[in-house]
Amino acid sequence: MDGFHDLGGFQGFGKVPHVINTQDYKQVFKQEWEHLAYSLMFIGADQLKKFSVDEIRHAVERLDVRQHVGTQYYERYVIATATLLVETGVITQDELDQALGSPFKLANPPHDKGRPAITGRPPFEVGDRVVVRDEYVAGHVRMPAYVRGKEGIIRHRTSEKWPFPDAIGHGDLSAAHQPTYHVEFRVKDLWGDAADDGFVVVDLFESYLDKAVDAKTVAA
Amino acid sequence: MSATVSPASTSTPSERAWALFKVLKDKELIPEGYIEQLTELMEHQWSPENGARVVAKAWVDPQFRELLLRDGTAACAQFGFTGPQGEYIVALEDLPQLKNVIVCSLCSCTNWPVLGLPPEWYKGFEFRARLVREGRTVLREMGTELPSDVVVKVWDTSAESRYLVLPLRPEGSEHMSEEELQKLVTKDVLIGVALPHVR
Repeated sequence: MDGFHDLGGFQGFGKVPHVINTQDYKQVFKQEWEHLAYSLMFIGADQLKKFSVDEIRHAVERLDVRQHVGTQYYERYVIATATLLVETGVITQDELDQALGSPFKLANPPHDKGRPAITGRPPFEVGDRVVVRDEYVAGHVRMPAYVRGKEGIIRHRTSEKWPFPDAIGHGDLSAAHQPTYHVEFRVKDLWGDAADDGFVVVDLFESYLDKAVDAKTVAA
Repeated sequence: MSATVSPASTSTPSERAWALFKVLKDKELIPEGYIEQLTELMEHQWSPENGARVVAKAWVDPQFRELLLRDGTAACAQFGFTGPQGEYIVALEDLPQLKNVIVCSLCSCTNWPVLGLPPEWYKGFEFRARLVREGRTVLREMGTELPSDVVVKVWDTSAESRYLVLPLRPEGSEHMSEEELQKLVTKDVLIGVALPHVR
């Protein structure tokens, strides 16, 4: 989904609030509740096996945009975990409201049921020129919008395979396993002159890619 | 916790987190010691000092360096740096005219066992939005001015590969021991926003 979470290239933000090598990371959790975000998430994903990490990401993406902008990082993972635990029937909205003493606002329902991977194609090779498929997806997707339709070069194919996020992100345990590719793009090809020159390498699942058609071949 | 129902906007992030905890606790779904153990792992064992050990060894041991660049997962596993978010590790080799930097524009994916949990700014909207588009500018603003002939390559952690940057061994470090070299490698050096320097 083209949500607020898909921030790459979004303009209007100020400076990154950090000066290099300052040590504030040494206090990993800044507030007394923050460790709960990941530990309760892992109870749902790892202990109870009620959802995948991809579904957690999608639940964060489903936070209402106004809520998303106004929440802290770990808060979004608390809300996402609560949302999935309610959706999978482990707990209820009423129980959350009772425990909180006020309405516990969860993420919005999904807009889509997800989609399967494209299978049956030969894998791509290092050095291949590929185009990111020009697709608009209502559900979970791990293709940053800034590379949609863009051409890049494959620098690496992973030796491992993982379930296709667009399927497993909706709870589809039959999701096909695919390698991902490190695809290198020129920054100028993504944002023209309104950017610093250089390269961006995006880690993309096989189903997001097509082989680039050589312009000369088309003309001939 | 009060049973009185008040407007939604009055609850705090802390109250919401503990409310979810309470619901799960009341249902006896939280195993004894689970949260404490995971928190210990997140706060203390996943640390950039792990990545510093990997980088320093690669600087002094050509065979290890070759392994790290060919199979980062196997190289880091030699130190026991494995586990969640460290299942497919890729080391990014800086060159005299190439600077690698890591981001996760979509969320917050990071190589937990080697870099530690990502810092607040790394997960923040500014870094995620701007780094892919204005890499050189963002680095300059944070305190790293790169020569104009150095190309910036940003790695967006958008799937399951988990990166660490292998920076150039800095000038003046020729006579330093592996242990001394480790101290030059900070969390920011591993992310790629800073260069190692001999002070």
